[in-house]
Amino acid sequence: MRIEFRLNGAPAAIDVEPSTLLLDMLRDDFRLTGAKRSCDVQVCGSCTVLVDGQPVSACTYLACEAGGREVLTIEGFAELPEFERYASAFERHAAVQCGFCTPGFLLTLKSLSDAGELSSEEQIRHGLDGNLCRCTGYRAILEAARDIGEVAA
Amino acid sequence: MSVVTDTGTREVGRSRTRLDAREKLCGEAVFTGDMEVPGMLYGRVLRADVPHAEIVSIDTSAAERMQGVVAVLVGRDLLDIDPYYGHAIKDRPIVAIERVRFHGEPVAAVAAEDEATAEAALQAIEVVYEELPLVDTIERALEPDAALLHEGPIRPGLFHGLGNLGERDGNVGYRYRAAAGDVEAASAGAPHVVEGEYVFPAVYQYAMETHSVIADWRPREITLWASCQHPFLVQAEIADVFGLPIGAVRIHVPYLGGGFGSKSYTKMEPLTVALSRKARHPVKIVNRVDESMVTSRRHGMRCWMRTTADADGRLLTRESRFWLDTGAYMDNGPRVTATAADSAPGPYHWEAVDIEANCVYCNTAPSGSYRAFGATHLQWVAESQLDELARKASIDPLEMRRRNLLRPGEPVRPDGSGKPLDADLIGDVENAAAAVGWEEPRRPLTGRGVSVGLLAAGAHPVSRASVRMRADGSVEVSVGTTEMGQGPRTVMAQIAAEELGMSSDNVRVLGADTRFTPYDRSTGASRSTTLAGKAVQNAAAAVAGRLRETAAEVWGTDPELIDLRDGRAAHAELEMEFSEVIAKRFGFTGGEIIEGGEVRPMGGDTGSYAEGPVFWEVCVAAAEVEVDPELGVINVLRTATIADVGKAINPQLVERQDEGALMQGYGNAMFEEMVYSDGVLMNDNLLEYRVPRVQDLPREMTSIVVENADGPGPHGAKGCGEGALAAVPAAIVNALADAGIPMTELPLTPERVWRRLQELP
Repeated sequence: MRIEFRLNGAPAAIDVEPSTLLLDMLRDDFRLTGAKRSCDVQVCGSCTVLVDGQPVSACTYLACEAGGREVLTIEGFAELPEFERYASAFERHAAVQCGFCTPGFLLTLKSLSDAGELSSEEQIRHGLDGNLCRCTGYRAILEAARDIGEVAA
Repeated sequence: MSVVTDTGTREVGRSRTRLDAREKLCGEAVFTGDMEVPGMLYGRVLRADVPHAEIVSIDTSAAERMQGVVAVLVGRDLLDIDPYYGHAIKDRPIVAIERVRFHGEPVAAVAAEDEATAEAALQAIEVVYEELPLVDTIERALEPDAALLHEGPIRPGLFHGLGNLGERDGNVGYRYRAAAGDVEAASAGAPHVVEGEYVFPAVYQYAMETHSVIADWRPREITLWASCQHPFLVQAEIADVFGLPIGAVRIHVPYLGGGFGSKSYTKMEPLTVALSRKARHPVKIVNRVDESMVTSRRHGMRCWMRTTADADGRLLTRESRFWLDTGAYMDNGPRVTATAADSAPGPYHWEAVDIEANCVYCNTAPSGSYRAFGATHLQWVAESQLDELARKASIDPLEMRRRNLLRPGEPVRPDGSGKPLDADLIGDVENAAAAVGWEEPRRPLTGRGVSVGLLAAGAHPVSRASVRMRADGSVEVSVGTTEMGQGPRTVMAQIAAEELGMSSDNVRVLGADTRFTPYDRSTGASRSTTLAGKAVQNAAAAVAGRLRETAAEVWGTDPELIDLRDGRAAHAELEMEFSEVIAKRFGFTGGEIIEGGEVRPMGGDTGSYAEGPVFWEVCVAAAEVEVDPELGVINVLRTATIADVGKAINPQLVERQDEGALMQGYGNAMFEEMVYSDGVLMNDNLLEYRVPRVQDLPREMTSIVVENADGPGPHGAKGCGEGALAAVPAAIVNALADAGIPMTELPLTPERVWRRLQELP
């Protein structure tokens, strides 16, 4: 089936199977490999992309559901002027280690920030609970998130 | 928080931003799973759905007929080679041959034009099994009439590194003894005795990137792109199995999405190469999480321990016998076993010690390395016995440690062999205790604990590196260390830049490509900064020597009088950019300076690393917990961990490593457990296998960086990043005992804690 949607700010169209997952379409057909596959069961958040501004696990989201919607991946986010605020906070706090989970965290943070849900420690901890990081132990990511949300420690 | 010594360095000791941060943040960093090579097929693996069986027959004909299927690999395709591998013991076939020994063992593999076709073809393969008696636990494996998982003579692997491996004893594949003194005599009449049995569960490393390999077999050369921590050991093993010279095996290592030991040594590489050989095409295999969970894990353990002390709380004797479940194949079992035995006494003065460590084959998935292996198994047992003795003797646990801990320079191993203690452990544990408010009054239902241990670190001290300065003065460091999140590309750049008197911004550190990158033994055992870093420092110093030599020639002075700073050579009022120095050297605007550096056990230009281990990694932590007695839920209120690193090349990265290790230790202590039932892993997914989430983070955590310049690496550095993982479970267990709930089995799930509470008076 043919779907048309907006991908990282530009119009896109492609033929997909009804069973094609958004993650496979992005990685295999569009060669956007910033979204990663890990748990396959919507737990780890490393495949997070934004669909109409909402974070979704692309590993369990059908590509055809993206028809008519706006999809933002890390590659598109990195082109936006606001990205610098996120990236520099992660750099400042060394909140990146292996980098496998990092794009998912950044996109989740963007969605939280856009929704005004990044303004307290509780909101940050609640909002990031769907993203796993095995390297950092989270503290660095929390510190970066506080900077992005301008939350006092 | 850090205890810092200022050595006047400009790059070393500064928290430089990670050089790989930006490409990782932008989603540009390339991992093996992101790569495609021309003509590449997709491989999927058929895994045994029985834990122990003879293979009666495998029918692949239907799968082979399927559109899009290029090759189906089974054991009989490997008759022309010696298809067994294993760096310690060659006990593992590339795919099952005649017999399967664990649920999830590869039995066949399919290469097809796409992944869905390969997956569908797996369903068309018919395997007939005849089940064999199940040996799924340590207890069953040790029964006198247990079926034997392996028979016949032991075949040592290329890198067991353990001297004489000994003979198998039933299902005990490897045994290690460490004893000194006369335990019976020394413990006779001891006023304080503690004895207990302990259980540590099998756990999964969960590197978020699963094992991923692309292999391209050709008759005279094999090329791999692999998520591997030890490319040079994999290179040698692949060369050995497929009958090629080492140099004909080329391994590229892109970024790794975490390792933690799960990608150490050889994992999915031989199978992927064998499938490529059958398909005559490059093949990519990317495991699912459930497949990686049966590719590597941490050993489960059963342990008996007995410790005695005199009336003043002075330790007398320790005895321990323990059994590690290594699964169906040895992988790194022998090294894990020996390291656990090293950790069993703990860093204390003893009259006598008797440790017996056993590595046991079972019909479960193979166990290998996981961050702080051995120490994580034993430290919580050893340290909980120390606290129990302190309680019996009415001595504060911190005081108990002051009375018994080894001092710097004292031998660590009970028989006096090996490297003496190279750290101030009393200072370390006092710092950790203070950070969790050790002297503050205790509130009801809370407890505090400390723990101290050592981890034999560094593995084998063989590392080489090269440093290359281009005509424009920019530098590339070529070193085999794998970047899997721990930050070596940044740290190596800082080490080289310091030596060269330039900014690390102008240094690039490349990932391993075994065709060009100099040899490095491995990325693990906290060895990279210490050993590979030393090789980089030596190589950079040699390049600096060439720059000085040329500048001195130009200015007609002595090389020793040339100063290198800010990317320039300088002498009195004279200055030259490095690019000018190179232009003068060659009389041309091209050319380069390239030099090597070496670390080996003896001699060379680095001093001696002959006395193992390379260093003792400090495993010290403290914790404060609060217990909900109604629910058995433990709340970790405060933690403190010690990163005793000699010299922090990049202090921020040291703290971040330490915090990551802390949280893995927290997961290992609190809830992580691979649950087996009749040889089948029941929780092979992230819904049922729980790892720490952001909500689990303790509210107050302190990472203390200690810099006593007592390490054998560059600028007095020694490795870090593992100690907290071993120390944190022990500190939590001790804090819980301090709150009145002594535990002898991990993880500390609410149910287990609640049940224990019901048993207590």
